[in-house]
Amino acid sequence: VCACVRESVCERERESVCECVREGVLFLSQSPEAACLSAEDISPSSNGPRDDDPDDLFAEATEEVSLDSPERQPILSDGPSPAITPVTPVMISPRVDDEDEEENRDTFDIQISVSDPEKVGDGMNAYMVYKVTTKTSLSIFSRDEVCVKRRFSDFLGLYSKLASKYMHMGYIVPPAPEKSIVGMTKVKVGKEDLSSVEFVEKRRSALERYLLRTVKHPALLKDPDVLQFLESSELPRAVSTQALSGAGILRMVNKAADAVNKMTIKMNESDAWFEEKQQQFENLDVQLRKLHASVESLVCHRKELSVNTASFAKSAAMLGNSEDHTALSRALSQLAEVEEKIDQLHQDQSYADFYLISELLGDYVRLITAVKGVFDQRMKAWAKWQDAQVMLQRKREAEAKLQYANKPDKLQQATDEIREWEGKVQQGERDFEQISKNIRREVGRFEKDRVKDFRVVIIKYLESLVHTQQQLIKYWEAFLPEAKAIA
Amino acid sequence: MTSISEDSDKEKMRSVSVDLNNDASLVIDIPDALCERDKVKFTVHTKTTLSSFQKPEFSVPRQHEDFIWLHDTIVETEEYAGFIIPPAPPKPDFEGPREKMHKLGEGESSMTKEEYAKMKQELEAEYLAVFKKTVQVHEVFLQRLSSHPMFRKDRNFQIFLEYDQDLSVRRKNAKEMFGGFFKNMVKSADEVLISGVKEVDEFFEQEKNFLLDYSIKIKDATAKAEKMTRSHKIADDYNHISGALNNTAADNNTAFKKHLEKCAEVFEKLRKVEDRMASDQELKLTELLRYYTRDIQAAKDLLYRRARALADYENSNKALDKARLKGKDVAQAEENQKQCLQKFDKLSESGKKELTSFKARRVVAFRKNLIEMTELEIKHAKNSVSLLQGSIEILKSN
Repeated sequence: VCACVRESVCERERESVCECVREGVLFLSQSPEAACLSAEDISPSSNGPRDDDPDDLFAEATEEVSLDSPERQPILSDGPSPAITPVTPVMISPRVDDEDEEENRDTFDIQISVSDPEKVGDGMNAYMVYKVTTKTSLSIFSRDEVCVKRRFSDFLGLYSKLASKYMHMGYIVPPAPEKSIVGMTKVKVGKEDLSSVEFVEKRRSALERYLLRTVKHPALLKDPDVLQFLESSELPRAVSTQALSGAGILRMVNKAADAVNKMTIKMNESDAWFEEKQQQFENLDVQLRKLHASVESLVCHRKELSVNTASFAKSAAMLGNSEDHTALSRALSQLAEVEEKIDQLHQDQSYADFYLISELLGDYVRLITAVKGVFDQRMKAWAKWQDAQVMLQRKREAEAKLQYANKPDKLQQATDEIREWEGKVQQGERDFEQISKNIRREVGRFEKDRVKDFRVVIIKYLESLVHTQQQLIKYWEAFLPEAKAIA
Repeated sequence: MTSISEDSDKEKMRSVSVDLNNDASLVIDIPDALCERDKVKFTVHTKTTLSSFQKPEFSVPRQHEDFIWLHDTIVETEEYAGFIIPPAPPKPDFEGPREKMHKLGEGESSMTKEEYAKMKQELEAEYLAVFKKTVQVHEVFLQRLSSHPMFRKDRNFQIFLEYDQDLSVRRKNAKEMFGGFFKNMVKSADEVLISGVKEVDEFFEQEKNFLLDYSIKIKDATAKAEKMTRSHKIADDYNHISGALNNTAADNNTAFKKHLEKCAEVFEKLRKVEDRMASDQELKLTELLRYYTRDIQAAKDLLYRRARALADYENSNKALDKARLKGKDVAQAEENQKQCLQKFDKLSESGKKELTSFKARRVVAFRKNLIEMTELEIKHAKNSVSLLQGSIEILKSN
């Protein structure tokens, strides 16, 4: 039995290999029963593969797997639980309908912070551990306040689980932060310099934003993997995250897009909303990238200005020392001090530029990739539905032929198959409608959040600029009497 | 525009205690200038009550090379050896704006129309700023000459102001240029001389030490200041951001659209303020340092000349001793020695005056510019604050 996430009526899947396997997006599980469990029934302890599984999770994915074949290897070790908890789409989605969502919004009371990065181990095997603190009054959590220690690959593991569970249903799953080989290597090697400190801070901040975004999603907040991540003191190490990265997962999931494009089936879009929205997101993608590039340039130039101001400050101090007119000498030294303070100001502002705006824009560029992925999932669902219809037609034709040939035993089988495919067609249609509905809701939520996020951030950023200018005024006003005192 | 020189010249005159009426008797300014390709044609306008001039008011066109010629003739005039000679104005440098214009042309396709128009505007403003600066610095040079009791009477100076034909005929021919070149080489040898000379006069000993050290420091400070003001390019980034925000706004739903447009507007206004902050800092601080780097060099040149005179005097003493020993040409040697001593004393006397007034001039100029720069920075920062706070109010209430 293929426990593929995408198949809902799994026991009956006998002949055809799950499409996902073909397209390379599949997490296979050994245990058949797990296939049809709904999310509720999965206990938190069912997550997490064993540490020592060396196999690349996706290496198996591209194999043709015959369901009865003995060489179908378990991707995961014989644990009590599959790595991925498969979810039947039909059962999940009604849970989070609009009323629930509104309710969630009103009672959204959860604070998450990622802090205290600590280096564990030495050399190339070293890694950073972060403290994740959750403060909440929500009842799904077992305590008001929980602290756990997590490493970067744990976050990636969480994302991979969530993506595999929810993306095909049209949920926009926030992507995890990017891996960085260069950045991490510096940290591992033990360079205590400014750039590795900055790197760790950048990552810490990104991880925090990631978690906050994830729990803001009403369905994800209740997800057992998320709960386990936030609460459980021991988290089995996510396997094969060497090969996994946020972008990597997205790419794999979005391979569907390539498959769809390669298929010459052009989707008959009956719903103009989707076409419009897709175009909008394409445009938004381009615009945000451009804006992001401009802000990155701003950050860079401000840093440069800070460095040059510091260098000038030193030179002015030297000049002040050399000056033989006492009052002027004093004033020049004061000028040097002011410039030094200003250079620090520039540097602080550049951090604000970066963390407030630049990183946010980067997050949104990645989120939009996730959104586009979700639209592609819908096209896949549509294609699947169409495929089923085609298949049904064929089965009907086959039956008709058999009727003429008068082979009663084969006829029975044909009739059975027709019923089977009728069911699939119905399921395909339902799935398609469900994912369309989900996407509409998700996109609506995404737009609201986006607007809110940007509004808040823009105001925060402008306030940071105000603060900088006010400091400037302070420094120069303190210097003015010194300049006037030159006599 | 002539802020650097006006006050400093008044100060100089006060300390040199010359008749202040000379002030109005010779007034020079550069009311306009034409820029053709790379060549700048300055219009030098003179108003005078001095009888040595043919007319009371007149204008002539001059090029940068004419200013250099005038400077060099004054440097080479023996009589002026005891004065600090106003530094020659630097060559007009439009490299910066020209490079930008090139980049603008290349990047035209990747920018929106508004962005392009804005950058073009900026570029024109920058061009204008360079232009104004070069006019100012040429004007200051002439005004320092006109306010100096000796220089204003210089024959070549008068020719420069009056001669209504092209000066290039009178300018250095190849031989003279080579002569000037040679003189410059000798000057750097004097650097060694000046530090090596045994100084008896306390005043000059101090001045020498001060000037040698200070010239290094101020050169460095100028370079760092230039780098700092050059990198104050934040305004450009604000421009791009503003453009990008406008683009994003164009596509958005209405409520957010206004928000984004307002934001774009804020960045646009901020850009203008940042621009002015950077250019004011450049004008008041960097230009000040640049000018005084050159002036310090002129003061050092005075010291060289004096040191050379001292060396000549010492040599003449030795020659006299030798002559006395040999019993030949003693009278000649005595005369030579007397003249060397006279020259040296004259240089020392006027040199002392010049260096003292130079210090006063420098202090006044620094004070003025530092105060003006600080006041402008405060003004701009306050503008930014009110602009930002106003926008935050609007955005919050939306």
